[in-house]
Amino acid sequence: MVFSYYPGCTLRTRAKELDEKARKCAEALGITLEEIPDWQCCGGCYPVASDEIATRLSAVRALMAAKSEERPLVTLCSACHNVLKRTRHDLQTDETFRDRVNRYMGNDPVYAGEGEVIHFLEMLRDKVGFDTIRAAVKNPLTGRRIAAYYGCLLLRPSGVMAFDDPENPTVIEDFIRALGAESVAWSMRNECCGSYMALEDKGIVERKSGSVLANAKAQGADTVITACPLCLYNLQKFGGQDLPVVYFTELLYEALGL
Amino acid sequence: MQRIGVFVCWCGSNIAATVDVKAVAEALGKEPGVVYFEDYQYMCSEEGQTKLQNAIRDYKLTGAVVCSCSPRMHEATFRKAAAKAGVNSFMVEIANIREQCSWIHKNKEEATEKAIILGRAAIAKVHLNAPLTAGESPVTKRALVIGGGIAGIQTALDIADAGFEVDIVEKKPTIGGKMSQIDKTFPTLDCAACILTPKMVEVAQNEKIRIFSYSEVDKVQGFVGNFSVSIRRKARFVDEVKCTGCGLCTEKCPQKKVPNEFNLGLDQRRAIYIPFAQAVPKVATIDPDYCTMLKTGKCGVCSKICTAGAIDYKQKDSFIEEKYGAIVVATGFNPIELNKYDEFAYSQSPDVITSLEFERITNAAGPTGGTLLRPSDGEHPKKIVFVQCVGSREDGSGCGKTYCSKICCMYTAKHAMLTREKYPDTEVYVFYIDVRTPGKSFDEFYRRAVEEYGVHYIKGMVGKVIPQGKKLMVRASDLIDRKQLLIDADLVVLAAAIEPDKSARPLATMLTASMDTNDFFTEAHPKLRPVESPTAGIFLSGCCQGPKDIPETVSQASACAAKVIGLLCRDKLTGNPCVAHSDELMCNGCSTCEKVCPYGAITYQDKEFRMPDRTMRTRRVASVNPAVCQGCGACTVACPSGAMDLHGFSNSQIMAEVDAICK
Amino acid sequence: MEQNNLKETLLRISGVNPRKCMKCGKCSGTCPSYDEMEYHPHEFVSMVENGETEKLMASPSLYRCLTCFACVERCPRGVQPAKLIEAVRLAVIRQQGMNHLKPDQLPDMLDEDMPQQALVSAMRKFAK
Repeated sequence: MVFSYYPGCTLRTRAKELDEKARKCAEALGITLEEIPDWQCCGGCYPVASDEIATRLSAVRALMAAKSEERPLVTLCSACHNVLKRTRHDLQTDETFRDRVNRYMGNDPVYAGEGEVIHFLEMLRDKVGFDTIRAAVKNPLTGRRIAAYYGCLLLRPSGVMAFDDPENPTVIEDFIRALGAESVAWSMRNECCGSYMALEDKGIVERKSGSVLANAKAQGADTVITACPLCLYNLQKFGGQDLPVVYFTELLYEALGL
Repeated sequence: MQRIGVFVCWCGSNIAATVDVKAVAEALGKEPGVVYFEDYQYMCSEEGQTKLQNAIRDYKLTGAVVCSCSPRMHEATFRKAAAKAGVNSFMVEIANIREQCSWIHKNKEEATEKAIILGRAAIAKVHLNAPLTAGESPVTKRALVIGGGIAGIQTALDIADAGFEVDIVEKKPTIGGKMSQIDKTFPTLDCAACILTPKMVEVAQNEKIRIFSYSEVDKVQGFVGNFSVSIRRKARFVDEVKCTGCGLCTEKCPQKKVPNEFNLGLDQRRAIYIPFAQAVPKVATIDPDYCTMLKTGKCGVCSKICTAGAIDYKQKDSFIEEKYGAIVVATGFNPIELNKYDEFAYSQSPDVITSLEFERITNAAGPTGGTLLRPSDGEHPKKIVFVQCVGSREDGSGCGKTYCSKICCMYTAKHAMLTREKYPDTEVYVFYIDVRTPGKSFDEFYRRAVEEYGVHYIKGMVGKVIPQGKKLMVRASDLIDRKQLLIDADLVVLAAAIEPDKSARPLATMLTASMDTNDFFTEAHPKLRPVESPTAGIFLSGCCQGPKDIPETVSQASACAAKVIGLLCRDKLTGNPCVAHSDELMCNGCSTCEKVCPYGAITYQDKEFRMPDRTMRTRRVASVNPAVCQGCGACTVACPSGAMDLHGFSNSQIMAEVDAICK
Repeated sequence: MEQNNLKETLLRISGVNPRKCMKCGKCSGTCPSYDEMEYHPHEFVSMVENGETEKLMASPSLYRCLTCFACVERCPRGVQPAKLIEAVRLAVIRQQGMNHLKPDQLPDMLDEDMPQQALVSAMRKFAK
């Protein structure tokens, strides 16, 4: 299987291990991630106001690049994934936005958000299948108690993201179980880590990430996994717990025995 | 040619002040076919009616037009008067020159002109009217009640008390419904079982009432007064007549791991079971999904120990066909599923429960013997948070119900109060959006919870429940103190919205009874006919029509019974002659009318027709059952070939009225 | 901008209808930033509806919303308070010289592990 791939800026710099291990795991599972050419930064955060047009253009370009290859576009960073999926939804549902984007970019034919955008986790769940992964595991993580941290961007708004149940998601838990580990039940898994407040007010991030990790710890986790570089940074740096936080791809890499 | 009389009413000054009644009478007098005209102060009075009758006799009238108030007011009055004078009722037409003219216009000249036009339309119609006679049909003097909860029980008892036979169909193994699961009832706090079980026994002992438990309605045919119903008696693998209800089998059955639905899965029962001690009928039932004997053919313990020889593993579903004059829907409600509300961690922690589950763990016959204990570890909770409006009053959230579930404010006050009374060391918080207590002694009850029992009522909503260790961290807003709270609770109770039972929708289709978008049955009139469905002969009792508490349900159930008794008392029913009929020569058998008919009055039959070349040909044509047809006219506008028409409101009559108005 | 026009603009670009709000407070009950804010999600909704936008525009609360969308997800009426907060924030930073975050402040805020994502997001949230 070949998929188009949008790594995003952070994966090229501060989150190289997320990118590299994901590619190697994908290869081991028989998947080729074909990076789309000349991609630009997605913008980092989705511009919520309906009159912000220009700030959504780079996401439109990424979507169009994948569309021209007629392949689903896979993303790995929660933030990029959120921006791309929501921009695609806007193209499909917001006529004003679609018209203005297409006029500005001089698109002929008009681009209306065609093509699929999926997160790496969705790819594992829907395209590969957890049973295949379970069979491919060489080094099962038996005895480990892993807490799945979803954060906000993968799940919300659920109507647009259509990723999983926004309040009781299961995809990362199923992933953890496929690797032979035990998944920890905890409900702060979809609460905010403090996000970009890391820049301006580290106190907020300490309080938010602190309460997230405290819950994971209290529920008996030995490791927390995430798909988001900023979540990882906040939880590691400000979480205030002696609890390792790693990318989900690192666990996969380990379990596949790579 | 008709000989038509025109009568223009002043209605005191109601019409006469805005409409020049004399001018109207004179103008209409010039219309073709009008042989008599008159205006009078009050046509509906004795004197007015006599004027109509005298004119019929003196001028040999064949039809009449009364220009007066809405036909809803006095059409029946004038039609009856005309019939007494020897003219068929359906030869009298009303021109509404009050509600649709004098009351809504100011300019007398314009109003008068409009009144003349309305009168002209009515005259045009009378020219095409033909005498109509209503048919009659007999009434089967037996009622069917679908659903054996408190609503169905009350309706059945009242109908039986009036001397009519009643059958109750209940899909569960016992009657009793939701009320049998409830511990205490607001606002008087009497024990639900203590007031319900005598009624259940009364039902069982009443000679006029038959209970078909563990049964479902399978098919409904016929019409008001003459329903024919097929009832499926599900195999319970126990002979109801032989079983004495001793309960030995329910103690000895080796299959112990069956979730007990009566206790909402909070404990387990055996594969053969009697739902609760006071069940009616007190007969065991084998659950085929769990019975080892039925699944593998190996076991047979219950059969060996049953001294009555009541166990029958070979029992099959059976069917009963019965005739009924009236059908009562009493299918009740259920709390909604909470799988879309996991911000409250319902699926993540056993200590987050619904209010109905709370009823069970405070009920002496429940899984904890009535001691309030946490499901997770059996410890006594010291801090309880109640969350109101879970899934009620939602719109645009993608889940939940738009309506207020009505009963939650009161039962939550009850739970909070009883908890504080029995366990004064327990702190109780209730998060509310509004406290809605419109009922006799209801607000006083809620205030007692606050003032005498010290329940903390907080205006705000819970936003998140976080299970952490043995605690449930509840994050919520306190809008009045303007702060966000974090409460370390031991138990969280969710007041889940209620919705109609899932069986209601397919039943409504069988009954051709209408429902609203929430699957509640619609009333014939929301104020004036609240216990009847618009479909004749179908009556509504309890929560199938909308959320209700027990006092309201019982009142409505008795009201419903009164309506049923009123119907069953009659020997014959007079039909409405203004029904649809199909011109078989024009009908092309396309089924369009059948699909639009909301009452199921249209069927198709194959008929032989003689063709111009003298050969015979079989064609499929529509046929209307006049006893079922309500004369709504949907089929007449849907019919593509113009074969469907309505007696009394034919296409040509309506077009003649339109032509007269547009002339 | 004139008050009424401003309110209309805020409602238009946010797509929020404050009249849908039934004042249950679930948004503020679930907001992770509640204690960091002077005005809370439900107050943004009612204050915009009541035309009290100036107070909101002057409040540091604008920069404490994490846009985590918990209020949007959990609102029983589909009101989407976070979108309204974003619209008010835009009304401020679109004014001349009103950048909340200026590029020359940034070097002091960074460390070598900070993901670009945070930097880009914060700049786009708080400056134009």
